Amino acid sequence: MTRMEKLSAFSRRQILKGAGALVVSIGMPVGLDTVLAVNSAAAQGGKPPLVPNELDSYIAINADGTVSAFFGKMDMGQGLFTAIGQMVAEELDVPFKAVRVIMGDTANSVNQGGASGSTGIQHGGKQMRAAAAEARRVLVDLAAAKLGLPADQLTVSDGVVQAKADASKKATYAELIGGRYFNTQLEWNKQIGNLLYAPGKAKPKDFRDHKIVGQPLDRYDIAPKVFCTEDFCTDVKVPGMAHGRMIRPAVAGSVPTKVDEASIRDIPGAKAVWENGFLGVVADTEWGAIQAAQKLRVEWSQVKPPFPTTAEIYDHIRRAPVRKREEAKPVGNVDEAFRTAARVVEAEYEWPFQSHACMGPACAVVDVKDDKVTCWTGSQKSHFVRDGIAGTLGVSPEKVHAIWVTGPGSYGRSDADDAAMDAAVLSKAVGRPVRVQYMREDATGWDPKGPASTHRVRAAIDASGQVIAYDFLSKAFSRVDVNTNGGKPHDTLAGHFRGVELKSGDGFGVPAESYEFTHKRMAWETIPPLLDRASPLRSSHLRDPVGPQIHFASESFMDEVAASLDLDPVEFRLRHVKNPRDIAVIKAAAEKSGWQTRPSPRRDQSGSKVSGRGIAYAQRNGTRVAIVAEVDVDRQSGKIWARKFTVAHDCGQIINPKQLKTTIEGNIVQGVSRTLWEEVQFDNSAVTSVDWMTYPILDITETPEKVDVVLINRPEVDPTGAGEPSIRPVAAAIANAIFDATGVRIRRVPFSPERVKSSLAAAQSGVKRG
Amino acid sequence: MDQRFTLEVNGKPHTIEADPDMPLLYALRNDIGLNNPHFGCGLAQCGACTVHLDGQPVRSCVTPMSAVGNAKVTTLAGLGTAEKPHPLQAAYVAEEVPQCGYCINGWMMTAAAFLRDKKKPSDAEINEALTGLKCRCGTHMAILRAVKRASEMMG
Repeated sequence: MTRMEKLSAFSRRQILKGAGALVVSIGMPVGLDTVLAVNSAAAQGGKPPLVPNELDSYIAINADGTVSAFFGKMDMGQGLFTAIGQMVAEELDVPFKAVRVIMGDTANSVNQGGASGSTGIQHGGKQMRAAAAEARRVLVDLAAAKLGLPADQLTVSDGVVQAKADASKKATYAELIGGRYFNTQLEWNKQIGNLLYAPGKAKPKDFRDHKIVGQPLDRYDIAPKVFCTEDFCTDVKVPGMAHGRMIRPAVAGSVPTKVDEASIRDIPGAKAVWENGFLGVVADTEWGAIQAAQKLRVEWSQVKPPFPTTAEIYDHIRRAPVRKREEAKPVGNVDEAFRTAARVVEAEYEWPFQSHACMGPACAVVDVKDDKVTCWTGSQKSHFVRDGIAGTLGVSPEKVHAIWVTGPGSYGRSDADDAAMDAAVLSKAVGRPVRVQYMREDATGWDPKGPASTHRVRAAIDASGQVIAYDFLSKAFSRVDVNTNGGKPHDTLAGHFRGVELKSGDGFGVPAESYEFTHKRMAWETIPPLLDRASPLRSSHLRDPVGPQIHFASESFMDEVAASLDLDPVEFRLRHVKNPRDIAVIKAAAEKSGWQTRPSPRRDQSGSKVSGRGIAYAQRNGTRVAIVAEVDVDRQSGKIWARKFTVAHDCGQIINPKQLKTTIEGNIVQGVSRTLWEEVQFDNSAVTSVDWMTYPILDITETPEKVDVVLINRPEVDPTGAGEPSIRPVAAAIANAIFDATGVRIRRVPFSPERVKSSLAAAQSGVKRG
Repeated sequence: MDQRFTLEVNGKPHTIEADPDMPLLYALRNDIGLNNPHFGCGLAQCGACTVHLDGQPVRSCVTPMSAVGNAKVTTLAGLGTAEKPHPLQAAYVAEEVPQCGYCINGWMMTAAAFLRDKKKPSDAEINEALTGLKCRCGTHMAILRAVKRASEMMG
């Protein structure tokens, strides 16, 4: 966005909303004040290129002494920018409020991977911390030269460098470098994305010296959302903009054979854009575009419906050829151990396709001009959107400017990247900026899906009742049918529809835990995608990619083994879990929840309404979480109320305990939703989950009564992620609690009332038969 | 065929030309430039587009222009400002409710009408009033905390 465009957008907002001024814009997408600050700095010249090994790519001291932190990741609403601001302020010795974190704009930040894998603090924060520490070092050196004192005789407080011995000898950051550039080189590890790391010579502070890190500071993006003073990506409007809508086939794989543009001739500005399977419409107004999409007469190719049905999907997975198999490093000789077993416990678990189902369908605005392409996107990976648009349009990435603007939720590789590519194709075709707003059925119907999976698990028990071997195998759709970002045309719907071949990758995972068994094997197998082109069932990353499904299986199974040995589930885990931090979270969750040591299931309840408790635990890239779920089961209706959760969470050093707690709360509630309700439905032709009725999520009336969070702070340990780990054990904790309450094990998600009822009935008839 | 409509929105009159079948949502967002009601589903299933018509919450995504008549329209921006916040807005800020924030319009507009008519509601009554609204980030617990806080503020 040019400054003039931004100014006009600002004026528009001012006039329309009567807002006096932008509310503090820390952590927000680039606001006018930021643009002005950046421009005024630029006006003084000497700006180095925007590359990972320049300090100026991360930190700027503005003329007024405030700090801009340019972050190549972004906050999806969990308060990440607050934590990044704290880390930067801490290292620079400036007040927290002096730091403005600017996120996800390719014009002023390098590609740090976007929101990805809960690495906002783990990797992104690590880099920002290192850059801020280096900036402080340079500033102290500048002060040393100015004041004629050795650097070690200086101290910094609130952005003022002063002599330790004489407080009158001082220089402010603003005086030293305000509005100018560091031009300081960093030691870049040559990685782009999450693993980018480019420290300087300075070492970040010892944790014992932290004053801002660790504080429960407030977020700054709440008031703008509550008082409607900031735009979402859906609100971006640019002069001359047309509105676009996409038209998807009713049978996946089918392509238009005839498009009758005359059918929309009476709609102002209406045009159809058709290229192979790609079909969209634009019109002058949004209502016009909606009507054009409905009225456009299209004939489609006849194709064989490509999918199995929802009911057939697990058999399909079991029967499908294995495309890739990968094993974690095995321990002992599992096959041999099973041959010597006194008995074997085994079970199979199933997890459905799930949708990102963001609150709003994706939206993007793209303006393709001869010399420059600008994109406003809600994608959580705007730098990759830049690359994807470049590839889609055949221009160099330097010509593309992608600006992240808060979107309607994200949770992984949602439909946001695809909307940006569609808007780019439409804008180029019609020669105007185009805003593509997907409709609801495009969103849930066509977003990349979290992969459906099966998991076969067995344990060998010896004659003395010891578990001697453990064997875990997932067979599933890949987590990367399309990649985790829209950086390449073959990973986007626009690419597929226009004829770029799908290049499906293979990826899944194994349980992340520290159970020690003499013989242990954990493996995964992936199967081919259901369709080798634009598919509404292509799979990719959905919050904690494959974590919930894998740990639903592994942690349900640990409970099954404990029950078969008549052991308390916590006690059983503590016998085999070896990592001390893992043991600590399990003990903390059990203790805080008032866990009573006894085997599951309870046998003291009768009647329709019963309750139970269950535990599950998991690691995730250094973080560990244990969860105790307490649930009520209505045996008559099959309805589950996941009433209470106790979560023990250890992600190393805690940067902001307040935001961490709400992040965990959100994970738990979304985890309950995915466990109890969520399953993408489809028939042979298409996804039939196309709205909130056909893809239900948790209702407010089903909210847990309480989520108790025990934060285990380890300030001496580098921080790891929190955006996803606590969703990981939720399903198993609930499944284990249902088993505790009813004695019935449900091995397929979601635990909808129908499934719970049928599982209870099946168990009942099994008992009668037995 | 477009018709002329005069709408009173947040106390100010606006005259626009629009298709009588067009949902009110698009008039508010595109013709009048009020972005607070959001497009979530277009099917009255999520509530993100909720506005008040004469004080009653309606889903503007399925309310045709022809049905608005002389009703006074209130959007979230009309509920209060940072200087003079509605108790719900104050409570939302105090409880730091939103994550992505896209859904909050529906919850706040629905709860505002509910709390106006029902003093000191019970937890069950709050649940009942808000059922059907959607939040994907899972801020349900914070929403309930904020609504209770606002109900206390509203006496």
